[in-house]
Amino acid sequence: MQQIIEGLAYVLGNDIDTDQIIPAEHLVYSLSDPEEKKNYGRYSLSGVPPARAGLPKGEQPFIRDGAWQSEYSIIIGGRNFGCGSSREHAPACLQIAGIKVVVAESYARIFYRNSIDGGFFTPLETVGSLINEVCTGDKLVVNIEAGTLADITSGKQYSLKPLGDVLEILKAGNIFEYAKKAGLMPVSK
Amino acid sequence: MKIACLYGRGDVFMGMTITEKILSAHAGGKPVRPGDNIWVDVDVLMTHDVCGPGTIGIFKEQFGKNARVWDKEKVVIIPDHYVFTADPHARRNIDILREFVKEQGLRYFYDVGTANYKGVCHLALAQEGHNRPGEVLFGTDSHTCTSGAFGLFSTGIGNTDAAFILGTGKLWVKVPETMYFEFNGTFPPHIMAKDIILQVIGDIGVDGATYRAMEFSGSAISKLSMEERMTLCNMAIEAGGKNAIIQADETTLQYVKQRTDKPHAIYRSDQDAKYFCKKIYNAGAMESVVAKPHSPDNKALARECEGVKLTRAYIGSCTGGKITDFKAAAQLLKGKKVKIETFIVPATRETEQDLHKEKIDGESLMNIFINAGAQIGEPSCAACLGGPKDTFGRTHDMEVVVSTTNRNFPGRMGSKQSQIYLASPYTAAASALTGHITDPGKFFKEPSHATNH
Repeated sequence: MQQIIEGLAYVLGNDIDTDQIIPAEHLVYSLSDPEEKKNYGRYSLSGVPPARAGLPKGEQPFIRDGAWQSEYSIIIGGRNFGCGSSREHAPACLQIAGIKVVVAESYARIFYRNSIDGGFFTPLETVGSLINEVCTGDKLVVNIEAGTLADITSGKQYSLKPLGDVLEILKAGNIFEYAKKAGLMPVSK
Repeated sequence: MKIACLYGRGDVFMGMTITEKILSAHAGGKPVRPGDNIWVDVDVLMTHDVCGPGTIGIFKEQFGKNARVWDKEKVVIIPDHYVFTADPHARRNIDILREFVKEQGLRYFYDVGTANYKGVCHLALAQEGHNRPGEVLFGTDSHTCTSGAFGLFSTGIGNTDAAFILGTGKLWVKVPETMYFEFNGTFPPHIMAKDIILQVIGDIGVDGATYRAMEFSGSAISKLSMEERMTLCNMAIEAGGKNAIIQADETTLQYVKQRTDKPHAIYRSDQDAKYFCKKIYNAGAMESVVAKPHSPDNKALARECEGVKLTRAYIGSCTGGKITDFKAAAQLLKGKKVKIETFIVPATRETEQDLHKEKIDGESLMNIFINAGAQIGEPSCAACLGGPKDTFGRTHDMEVVVSTTNRNFPGRMGSKQSQIYLASPYTAAASALTGHITDPGKFFKEPSHATNH
């Protein structure tokens, strides 16, 4: 688990649902095939209405035309991030696009759980909403251990909520590694 | 409506809710309380064509190429999402399911293109006897909460968790707090379970039940049919709920016993069970509700939206494509013509067969719909979630749709420019006849019994 993550922010609003994160028509690609799964990066966040893509300005594509990954590596979201479907393609596509951490005010529980159990990225929660504080393109430094988010562009610093019970799974890497440590799953394949 | 917050973290442990009792029984029998992280034994794991291939991939990667599932009687595979499409990737995904079923010798596989094909997984689970009171059921679909209508714990999970269950038969669960929703009295004849759940979601918001169980109770709920109870539980996820639950009763047992002779257990919430909150509704005061674009909690009364001109009506899905839903729609459409294009998609084959069998004044529901000018699709999830470009009923442009489905997020039914109004089958049918959002109440001169199927 990476403790310090630096990168550019991509800011989204409240209630970002899984159909916006990865529209259902794209759920046909293999998640095991290394080449085919690149499509999930290409189409990640393609369901976000353009006016709300990359706040505050909007109309800022997460993936540039023809690209497979995003130039942004940190998502700032509002309330109820990842609501809707249980599709694990949602956290997976963000990881495939190059996202290292999502920082939101709150999460829908299946998305949150999938992010952790699948080891896609660390879903962090803010104390208040940051969607009107941080701008898309701001340079950020997230320090997970210290529980802070520094916006280098604006010079402001924010506190993050502690990870709590799920920290052990995140530290192990995913639910399988955690279960092996806890003796709930055989270590050898 | 009264709201009382009763649950306090400092309280001494007392009674348990149905959800807590089921989880406790599946975690070794010790009492549990909200917030506990426990490992539960799984009774049923359901997956489908969208999430099955990913689940299988992770299972093989983690447990080895020659790994066997923990119990081949407890895995249920139901292709239903992208089953009538020419999309080569979607077709390949169903082949992956076929190969896995064969390799593992799985008993319950409802393959498309065979006499065993069912359709939408949540209704198929019920119709094939996989929903049994007191059990723990996980599925790789967020609407798996539908099964809670049978007094069991059910919730949606991702591929990783499903792969973990395939290999171990267990999963960790954080015991949820329970929100209690009581409906007393009798619903007006034009009110359906869809109106009830849209009302509740509108009241508490799309994250109003996040991490929590939603328990539905009261004299009006106990009068609902199993299909209506499923509609109610189906949309708990739209409020962020972990699971929905209704205590099993005679109605439940009658349905279950017709479909399975496997054992079951009925749990009741204790008198002194602790709830996060209690909300009490007067069933008789309910009105027809819609959710406006683009959120299931964007509640309005149907009569307040009569100015909304529509281009399409869609009646289908796990939420609104059961025979109860079609009986309701047919009651209004019989002998009339729709003013907008209207799509009818039965959830399962059984529902489709019932469209031929069920009659109103001698005319089958199927003929009522055809004569009204509706188009009929094959049983599947179809356009509820958009899907591949050639999906039946999918939006491609600026359609304004009244739909009995469960989500109206931007682009949910295909096109990001289309607008979806979620509504009951009565409201959808009434609106199909007028071409604008219409409160179905005006079509009811005398009490109807269509919701008592």
